[in-house]
Amino acid sequence: MRIYGGEHPNQQILSRIATNDGHGENSSYFDGWKAYENDPFHLTGNPKGVIQMGLAENQLSLDLIQDWLKKNPQASICTGEGVSEFEAIANFQDYHGLPAFRKAIAQFMEKVRGGRARFDPDRIVMSGGATGAQETIAFCLADPGEAFLIPTPYYPGFDRDFRWRTGVQLLPIHCHSSNKFKITQAALETAYRKARNSHVRVKGILVTNPSNPLGTTMDRETLRTLVSFVNEKRMHLVCDEIFSGTVFDKPRYVSVSEVIEDDPYCDRDLIHIAYSLSKDLGVPGFRVGVIYSYNDAVVSCARKMSSFGLVSTQTQHLLASMLGDEEFTTSFLATSRTRLCRRRRVFTEGLKRVGIHCLDGNAGLFCWMDLRPLLKEATVEAELRLWRVIINDVKLNISPGSSFHCSEPGWFRVCFANMDDTAMQIALSRIKKFVYRENDAAVQAKNKRRWDDALRLSLPRRFEDPTIMTPHLMSPHSPLVQAAT
Amino acid sequence: MSPTPSKKSADAAAAAATQARSSATGLGGGGGGAGMRLIVPLQGVVQGRGGLVLGTLIPCALFYFLQLYLRRNRSPPPTSPQPPAANGPDLPGIVRSSSRNFLSARGSSGHAAVSSRAASIARSGDSPYFVGTKKCSEDPYHPVDNPDGVIQLGLAENRLSLDLIGDWFARNVKDALLDEREGGLSISGLTTYQPFDGLVELKMAVAEFMGQVMQGSVSFDPSQIIMTSGATPALEILSFCLADAGNAFLVPSPYYPGYDRNIRWRAGIELIPVPCRGTDNFDLSIPALERAYNQAKMRGVKVRAVLFSNPSNPVGNLLHRETLRDILDFVTEKGIHVIVDEVFAGSIHGTEDFVSMAEVVNTDEFDRSRVHVVYGLSKDLSIPGFRIGLIYSFNEHVIAAASKLARFSSVSVPTQQLLISMLTDTKFITQYIKTNRERLRVMYALLVNGLKQLGVESVKSSGGFYCWMDMSKFMKSYSEKGELELWKEMLSVAKIHLTPGTACHCIEPGWFRLCFTTLTEKDVPVVLERIKRVVDNH
Repeated sequence: MRIYGGEHPNQQILSRIATNDGHGENSSYFDGWKAYENDPFHLTGNPKGVIQMGLAENQLSLDLIQDWLKKNPQASICTGEGVSEFEAIANFQDYHGLPAFRKAIAQFMEKVRGGRARFDPDRIVMSGGATGAQETIAFCLADPGEAFLIPTPYYPGFDRDFRWRTGVQLLPIHCHSSNKFKITQAALETAYRKARNSHVRVKGILVTNPSNPLGTTMDRETLRTLVSFVNEKRMHLVCDEIFSGTVFDKPRYVSVSEVIEDDPYCDRDLIHIAYSLSKDLGVPGFRVGVIYSYNDAVVSCARKMSSFGLVSTQTQHLLASMLGDEEFTTSFLATSRTRLCRRRRVFTEGLKRVGIHCLDGNAGLFCWMDLRPLLKEATVEAELRLWRVIINDVKLNISPGSSFHCSEPGWFRVCFANMDDTAMQIALSRIKKFVYRENDAAVQAKNKRRWDDALRLSLPRRFEDPTIMTPHLMSPHSPLVQAAT
Repeated sequence: MSPTPSKKSADAAAAAATQARSSATGLGGGGGGAGMRLIVPLQGVVQGRGGLVLGTLIPCALFYFLQLYLRRNRSPPPTSPQPPAANGPDLPGIVRSSSRNFLSARGSSGHAAVSSRAASIARSGDSPYFVGTKKCSEDPYHPVDNPDGVIQLGLAENRLSLDLIGDWFARNVKDALLDEREGGLSISGLTTYQPFDGLVELKMAVAEFMGQVMQGSVSFDPSQIIMTSGATPALEILSFCLADAGNAFLVPSPYYPGYDRNIRWRAGIELIPVPCRGTDNFDLSIPALERAYNQAKMRGVKVRAVLFSNPSNPVGNLLHRETLRDILDFVTEKGIHVIVDEVFAGSIHGTEDFVSMAEVVNTDEFDRSRVHVVYGLSKDLSIPGFRIGLIYSFNEHVIAAASKLARFSSVSVPTQQLLISMLTDTKFITQYIKTNRERLRVMYALLVNGLKQLGVESVKSSGGFYCWMDMSKFMKSYSEKGELELWKEMLSVAKIHLTPGTACHCIEPGWFRLCFTTLTEKDVPVVLERIKRVVDNH
């Protein structure tokens, strides 16, 4: 049976939402994905293919999940041990969710925060993944045309999840590398004032902590600044804490839930948390999103809206069992964090050896890589040119900073947790080759120019880190280094 | 050139203004004296002695202060949800607010408001649907433990054939999630990101299943399927694709109360009921559709689609092939879409044959790109908890848009794997469909005969889980109020929870929807006896 759609001008009898670009997939940033899909890397099948480093997925600890599932077959109700509970589970369609599931999620969230905050299972609301959680929160807090402020750089998916069907705007709070992209009071005020001057009603601030793409956690001071700001301006604070279980290094994680427990003056009706198991547990296929709001009206509304994205009761049952196993969750979190820490160290040290610096990070599944030295000029166009070279020649799908609305060109997000050690080494070696090639080209170009010219090839003068300067200007390319790659 | 008021007229205007101001601050007293001071200059104006200036200035001033008074005294809407009633069934009015009626959500000063949508949902309180369900969960009937509890007959759950599904899993246990044998499923197949609109294998298995459900009369193309976490989001996503906020769908009434939520809430699309009558057996009439369409047009409302369920919820009748063709003609002529909700297609218990819209459209004379079907496994396979629904569209642009929107409502991957496993056992599925239909038929017959003996008539239903009963002769007054009172009596005296016709937007009072698929054969006499309690009172 053929599908129709071409004969008549049906495009116009669809809605605006169906025909606009709110899904974001027409942006040029998807070229990286397309390149990967056309030529995906496989160790034996396609060793020269594009390595996927643009998807923040946590695959380092799936073996632990697998082991647990094997040891606990009754949790999967389709096995012999679990069948007796099957009928009740299959028929259960209450949007409050299984009580055991809510309790287990609350418990897990407390554990991730080291017991420094309490979570009430009755406030746990389900949604269709973190994507659904963000959208539902936007539907609950803002009307079409109203806006949320968001610090840059930020996850591009928010443009779609928070804005597409809701009609809510996202306005940037600009952050800069000069202070490691921290949110300042001044930046907050500037963004707020700008919105007010454009007659846009700001309903709240949306932050991600730990940050995507930075891979850093927010310090207590910044969180306090945010909490005071929203209380003063009477707006909401939405914290996406989807990476809270991936904090593997100091400083220790501080969640907004912890900050408000210490703050009796904070109006809790303004605080909302979005969470998911997709990153911390590495199970995005389970589609488990959580909205945790301290505002009763929002809990009530979000719960009714959860009908559009309920978690399968089979999955709820499985997770209630898994997350209720305290021994498992303790050891899983510890092991996962160790593995992430080790993986990141291997990656960043490999990069450092070729003079590439990453922002210091202690969380997340990615690095925020600084390739500004390799840019011919500090513009978005130069960044995108470099990016295309990296995709097409180096064959790595990484994400350019401009897709994250970063105000400084030259930063790239590189994911490291969705591959094994061998693929990681191959990726590193490709980067090394590329950097040396760029250095060769830079040196040759330099020799053709006048010495006193303001050289802005791959080496902007402001950059003073000696580890970067060394391979460009002073040392020749040792054949030994070449052999090592 | 603006006229400069003379001192006398300025005084009079000031006096009038003072009066208006004092009434604006809410002081109701001093009516007599204040009135005289207003009337005198007004009298002058009316009799033409006030002059042009007084004649314009005073009325304008009065008008201005009247507006100010009204604006100040309009009370702000509350933003917190209303608490449920503690004793007895609560009967707030049915929510019929237009989707465009988003009132301001500004609460008292200092309170950060939620969105208009959230505020209107909180303000609407709970419909009888939710209130009754709550009573059932507080005092649930159990044949042994709580024989006098409230029997829930308002929620669509099919327990008649759940055991068949449970048995299948018990028999086919082979570690379906983590089969490590060659060709089996690895952990990453379960946990990693998969296409948001469903695994290809599931779409193929579901297409096959739908073909079986329709008794082989039509085959379904997996590439036209978008999987969603239930039929609820399927319908919402389709609504977002086919209409903009403020547009409308025509829906024959009575209709499933959930449509009000699925379509109006977030998509902001109005639902215009097209009333069907008991005398016509609640069949849809095209002239009624035509009338509703024209009325909407006159109001300036753009109708984008016709939505109906087949088998119908709540009535349970099946639409004839000719009616389906007539509807297709209608939507083609008007240049709009048609959405058919076929979630009960596999639950036919009558002798009539079910005709799917997909079958009718399977000829070249219709523009298929207007046709969209919503389906799901919650009803026909008794697994509502697993959240498996789908959109089946003949329009490639809708499929493209819906596949992107499916990310907000995607089916859990382990659940998808589970279903692939079950649906590919076609022998079991054929047997299941047949047995399920037989059990539905038996239960339906048992109940309807019992009801008839009590003097309760119901519309002949051929499919679905419901009995659409006419209890109008037991109402005190033939009105919505009478119906709600009867509903209250059923809940408190008979202790059964039914869905009243008003919740389904039925234009005739006195109809009640009863779901019979949660009952066992032993429960039927209990239910009949309870109904008798109320019947005997009248």
